[in-house]
Amino acid sequence: MSRPTIPDQVVPPPARAGGRRAAGRGVRPGRTRRGRPRGGGHAASTPHSLAGDAWRDLRRSPVFLISAAIIVVLVAMAAAPGLFTSTDPEACDLAFSRQPPSASAWFGYDLQGCDMYARTVYGARASILVGVLTTIGIAVVGSVIGMIAGYHGGWLDTLLSRVTDMFFAVPMLLGAIIVLATFPSTVQTPAWQTIGKVVLALGVLGWTTVARLMRSTVIQVKQAEYVQAARGLGAGSRRVLLRHVLPNAVAPVVVYSTIILGVFVVLEATLSFLGIGLRPPVISWGIAISEARAYIRQSPHMLLFPGAFLSVTVLAFIMLGDAVRDAFDPRLR
Amino acid sequence: MGRYVVQRLGQMVPVVIGTTFLIYALVWALPGDPFAAKCGDRPCPQRYIDRMTAEYNLDDPLPLAYLKYMGNLVTGDFGQTFTGASIADELLQRYPTTLQLTALAILVEVVIGIAAGVLAGIRRGGFLDNLVLVSTLVVVSIPVFVTGLLAQIMFGVRLGWFPVTSDGSLFSLVLPAIVLGSLSLAFVARLVRANLVENLRTDYVRTAIAKGLTRQRVIGVHTLRNSLIPVVTFVGADFGGLLGGAVVVEGIFNIPGVGNMIFRGINAHEGGTVTAAVTVLVLVFLLVNLVVDLLYAVLDPRIRHV
Repeated sequence: MSRPTIPDQVVPPPARAGGRRAAGRGVRPGRTRRGRPRGGGHAASTPHSLAGDAWRDLRRSPVFLISAAIIVVLVAMAAAPGLFTSTDPEACDLAFSRQPPSASAWFGYDLQGCDMYARTVYGARASILVGVLTTIGIAVVGSVIGMIAGYHGGWLDTLLSRVTDMFFAVPMLLGAIIVLATFPSTVQTPAWQTIGKVVLALGVLGWTTVARLMRSTVIQVKQAEYVQAARGLGAGSRRVLLRHVLPNAVAPVVVYSTIILGVFVVLEATLSFLGIGLRPPVISWGIAISEARAYIRQSPHMLLFPGAFLSVTVLAFIMLGDAVRDAFDPRLR
Repeated sequence: MGRYVVQRLGQMVPVVIGTTFLIYALVWALPGDPFAAKCGDRPCPQRYIDRMTAEYNLDDPLPLAYLKYMGNLVTGDFGQTFTGASIADELLQRYPTTLQLTALAILVEVVIGIAAGVLAGIRRGGFLDNLVLVSTLVVVSIPVFVTGLLAQIMFGVRLGWFPVTSDGSLFSLVLPAIVLGSLSLAFVARLVRANLVENLRTDYVRTAIAKGLTRQRVIGVHTLRNSLIPVVTFVGADFGGLLGGAVVVEGIFNIPGVGNMIFRGINAHEGGTVTAAVTVLVLVFLLVNLVVDLLYAVLDPRIRHV
């Protein structure tokens, strides 16, 4: 459990050991256990690499296979929605407004008389895009900051760690509301800008846990003999970081990233539901649910279908994160 | 203990200063016109710009403006809404409702979460264990605003067990509190279960069983108490999530709290009101976290004596 202000050493041993399984299951930030260097000692004792072992485990895990299959379908939906529906999501007829599901329109029609199935399929793109872009962003920014802090140490470490604490202290949804209330999108805003703003709003506060994970790993790996040896042989900082530190620190960041991706999908939908995240013309599940709110008694299908797709997406990423974490945790072997 | 408290407070001060500065800078000092988004779809009237410029000292250099702003916050002046009402008055009127809602939500998550976690943990791999694991996974994957809408239509409209919207009574907060606490409930249940399973394997538990203590006493006193320490940490850290969720839940159930003020502010495009109210929530969150840190030391003697 990483806490906003408690440094590692005051967390009592049972809390850390006990928090292991549950902590990694967190889908909100700040619940991932601080990482430890993995693979270094392990790789030395056996001929297999950690990644190789993990991959072998993953391929046999039904949880991984199911969640990966769902995610592959969702990504395909996001990349090429035309494969799943031939209906134009923008072709709407007010005459069909809020009609329930039927043989011609499996998911019914929304308020504007647009085909719900087409809108739901096209809605995957915004969610996946926001989730993936934000996750890549925080993984890169957090890793760089954590690596600098951990490797350099001294005053720079203190400064960067305190800055991390400050960003960590703002709850993500509230912080994103502040950012987006300051820079709202309107109907005229181009779609990429609207999506970019949501990615930035989530990313501004989301990188802190990755930075902490990275920093603690780097500090531990820095003292390892093979790093000392590499330095003794004349390797520069960059070579040490890229060849020796990064491979050891990558596993905890990968695990955290898979879990947090689902969180970003939820947060995007929540912000869009509040009317501050994505806006039309962008098609998004959050917007669809927000629109359904006023008609939920008469037309529950307007809520159920986007809600179900959203929940299944989140579920798939949580399950994937669980499976990946189990595979990468050498202590569970 | 005393040293610990002082140390905690000392660590807290820079974080509070940094966080409020961060928020102030995000709202008022990023490049671009700060008034582009404060008054909805229309451009801001000049009088509003003048008033806010004076109120937030936007003509001063950033550090000085921030200091004056902090001075205002400390003296309880949170600025004015777009219509000129005092935000502090509005907040004062609304925060008891939000506190009631979040307190109820914490009660729900702690009581039901711990009960479910213990039931799952004492028979690892049993039917109840699997039931708890699967149902928490389902709860976690459904976003709060979907749960809220579904609960409102199911238990409010169809079954009529709960009021559909808030009527000001404590009872009308029960359903929203369950919705708000459901996500954290799932985490508490999993946390308790994992810790219980872990602690049941420890030496001191084996000793307790060996010397003939009853099962209830071993689990209830020896194991559970140790397993609850991480739960306290979780509830504190999660309070920020609850406050964020309160914006959604109060919006859906029309509860007249601070979250509802933010929800309406967003819909009316009143950026100034939204940011002021959110700032207050963040400050409350920081305060609660400090209290939890101190409580943590009370609960766990190993920390006290560090």
